[in-house]
Amino acid sequence: MSEIRETGNDILVDVRHLKQYFNINVSPLKTKPLKAVDDVSFSIRRGETLGLVGESGCGKTTVGRSILHLYQPTGGEVIFDGRPVKSKKDIAELRKKATMVFQDPYSSLDPRMTVSDIIAEPLDIHKVFRNKAEREAKILELMDRVGLNSEHASRYAHEFSGGQRQRIGIARALSLNPEFIVCDEPVSALDVSIQAQVINMFVELQEQMNLTYLFIAHDILVVRHISNRIAVMYLGKMVELADAAEIYDRPLHPYTRSLMSAVPQPDPIVAKANKRIVLSGDIPSPLNAPSGCPFRTRCPHATEACAESMPEFKEVASGHFVACHRVNEL
Amino acid sequence: MSEPLLKVRDLHTSFFTPAGEVKAVNGVSFNLDRGKVLGIVGESGSGKSVTAYSIMQILASTGKIVSGSIKLDGQELVGAGESVMKTIRGNKVSIIFQDPMTSLNPTYTIGHQLVEAIMLHTNRNKAEAKARALEMLRLVNVNEPEKRLKQYPFEHSGGMRQRVMIAMALACEPDILIADEPTTALDVTIQAQILELMKDLQKELGMAIIMITHDLGVVAQMCDEVIVMYAGSICEQGTAEEIFYNPKHEYTKGLMHSIPTADTAGQKLQPITGTPIDLLNMPEGCPFAPRCDAAMKICIKSRCERMRINEEHFAACWMNVKEGIENGTIVPEEEKGGENE
Repeated sequence: MSEIRETGNDILVDVRHLKQYFNINVSPLKTKPLKAVDDVSFSIRRGETLGLVGESGCGKTTVGRSILHLYQPTGGEVIFDGRPVKSKKDIAELRKKATMVFQDPYSSLDPRMTVSDIIAEPLDIHKVFRNKAEREAKILELMDRVGLNSEHASRYAHEFSGGQRQRIGIARALSLNPEFIVCDEPVSALDVSIQAQVINMFVELQEQMNLTYLFIAHDILVVRHISNRIAVMYLGKMVELADAAEIYDRPLHPYTRSLMSAVPQPDPIVAKANKRIVLSGDIPSPLNAPSGCPFRTRCPHATEACAESMPEFKEVASGHFVACHRVNEL
Repeated sequence: MSEPLLKVRDLHTSFFTPAGEVKAVNGVSFNLDRGKVLGIVGESGSGKSVTAYSIMQILASTGKIVSGSIKLDGQELVGAGESVMKTIRGNKVSIIFQDPMTSLNPTYTIGHQLVEAIMLHTNRNKAEAKARALEMLRLVNVNEPEKRLKQYPFEHSGGMRQRVMIAMALACEPDILIADEPTTALDVTIQAQILELMKDLQKELGMAIIMITHDLGVVAQMCDEVIVMYAGSICEQGTAEEIFYNPKHEYTKGLMHSIPTADTAGQKLQPITGTPIDLLNMPEGCPFAPRCDAAMKICIKSRCERMRINEEHFAACWMNVKEGIENGTIVPEEEKGGENE
């Protein structure tokens, strides 16, 4: 697996200056753009897992959805497998190769469909099977792949536990043999003992099918475990991107530092000795984002320059990108 | 050592549903000393929240404490009746819930809700209660407390609302604060703020905390003692250090191995196989046996009693008996289990 990761330097997903604004009614006649994602650029190599972390409202889910064009991006472009995604035809093609696993295994499965119909829905939409027998065979193969018992094919989603439902969602995502899967908090609704099963399954499927993941989560230990590289977002901007071990052990952006130090370590001696950088205050509303660097209102190192301009997202060491004016001083 | 603040003995709480009796809490016993932080960990359905709700007697209408004893400062709470419980709730034992979004009333201001709680539990008049509310908001580091009092819950972020909930819970200086997944709905940096705040307040006010969570990281950071629950019973109990570094129940061991840490990157996690148990169809033996890799014949036939591992550590797992027989170190504990019905 590691060989593929290191040599696989051809880029599958290239996101350039992605912007996703939503118009929000601030008064009955006035709308204001909410900049959910504001000028975010990154690329994902074939076969790798890019972890995307950040707090609620930072735009991480929106990035995932905009890549799949579930929203029409306001600006920027998404280049998938070397081809820019522009027309409706491009989007339809993209969605054969790129799918999504959702956070909530309860609301993301239609309660009135049987498991086999849920799994086969993408097959039906894209009409990829020649006859019924082929469809059945594919369903059973997928169920087997995610560790579901084939006898359960005619059951409904409510008859399953959270972990099993998430397996159904994963089987559905795999049905078109995708190359790329956006995993949007796929394990955060699961119990600890089930979480590990599903995480292992993601890793195994990646090895078997040479999948590429964008793994969105707020649990940093889970992301650290599964990702090759990790990107950190704050208030619609990407603030840091680096190799997983590098960003976890040597975070450079003040926000990433506090985020990493706030991770509750499952080890009493480490946890009690840990010097946490506790940030004051809350995340500002994205409707009234601060000028300049979005983090400056909570940053212990902010200066006047931080209020004036958004720091550039630049490479400070090989493969380590940071957006901070004071990165060299800290 | 003096009498513990809270003494729970052989607590059985069931929910009577159309499908049958769900034994949510099945023979739970523990002590809580003044000023200590006790963590209760377990998966959903393990009975950790129901244990706490039983102490407060705020169970849903189908739920009932079937048997057992809960003694707070020597006073028996099981069967004590609503009028007694009213003097306990808020005054002596307070609770904060997981979801700060739904536990405040959206139609009243923060100030109204705080003042109401304070006036209900103390003899303060409205002006005094308001002063106390302000003092409490300052204590939990809410900025601009005067302004906040006049605002509605929707004007506050999740972290702010949880602070307000803590302020409300602590307004009457309870002896015990029960925190039911207090940070699960919050972001990591906000979680760090709230945990830090709880720790500071606990030191300042000297109260005991029962911390209910599924997050072993939170337990490691906060708790002196830990109870691990599975399917309504305690499988292991001990100091945080003992539980984390010397787990003696197969379920606890499984949990510890299944969590990702900084060191597991690139490796396979070792998950616990199978799915959590159906409380309506409890097996005869150890409830964890169907998922346990080390399960022996006896595990399926009968449930292991609580065994003493050492002074600070108890576990209910036949594996320890096996080990004990092999090296003759473990003695069954007669005095505390209380299961001789």
